[in-house]
Amino acid sequence: MVLPYIFFYLFSAIVIASALMVIASRNPVHSVLFLILAFVNAAGIFMLAGAEFLALILIVVYVGAVAVLFLFVVMMLDVDFAEFRSGMLQYMPIGALIGIVLLLELLLVAGTAYLAPEGAGSGVLPIAGGIENTRALGQILYTRYIYLFQACGLVLLVAMIGAIVLTLRHKPGVKRQDIAKQVARGKSGLEIVKVESGKGL
Amino acid sequence: MTPVIGLGHFLTVAAILFTIGVFGIFLNRKNVIIILMSVELILLAVNINFVAFSAHLGDLVGQVFALLILTVAAAEAAIGLAILVIFFRNRGSIAVDDVNMMKG
Repeated sequence: MVLPYIFFYLFSAIVIASALMVIASRNPVHSVLFLILAFVNAAGIFMLAGAEFLALILIVVYVGAVAVLFLFVVMMLDVDFAEFRSGMLQYMPIGALIGIVLLLELLLVAGTAYLAPEGAGSGVLPIAGGIENTRALGQILYTRYIYLFQACGLVLLVAMIGAIVLTLRHKPGVKRQDIAKQVARGKSGLEIVKVESGKGL
Repeated sequence: MTPVIGLGHFLTVAAILFTIGVFGIFLNRKNVIIILMSVELILLAVNINFVAFSAHLGDLVGQVFALLILTVAAAEAAIGLAILVIFFRNRGSIAVDDVNMMKG
């Protein structure tokens, strides 16, 4: 029974260390890579908590999509990142103060958070014993929470359209395919030529 | 399925992660990309809390909600980075000090 603890502390230590490196690293590319490391290890923590589906989704969504998106943007923008570090010490005292106060508050909450089991409320959907996590999640996600699920899809659709509309631009002078123009074109510009074999035009 | 590891462990990790995220926003006031990454860390901490309570209380709704947060976080990252790209196109820099020019 000591093995889960070892893995939990390993994953937690790596998550926290790489989160620190995300905010302290000088090179934003390193920050993104440490963000990936943090998310992979957070997936390990999810796995230990029994949420296998969410753990794998975390890897797919974050490591596969979001982190690559960050990396793409960081590398695409030609910015001198060294100058950003100059004013860093200026914000250090106020940032550290707020961070410490916040951490103390959150740890106080965590220390007293061992809830009574009877305080769980009536809307509880119990996690069934013999059924695996993915199937259980699907069984309630597609029935009881179908509207939330649809709203989720709508959020993603809006985000996708928004990102495309924001970043799409038409430069003058760039030739693009105009399908309507192509379809509307008649046969007037065409000429059928009989080519003999072995000879060019 | 009862978790072997106590709730307090998960909450402590999530609290530290949340604090690192907030601290990162203050520390990197000028770099929007790091600020966006800090927001991702904060949302990850919230997700850890949801999953830990879900396992502790034996209630699957926490995991459903964590799934929704994951969706919103992905959408937020996409929109934020798109705004960043067009801001860079217009200004030639991503300094947050100039962002208030977006007020128009």
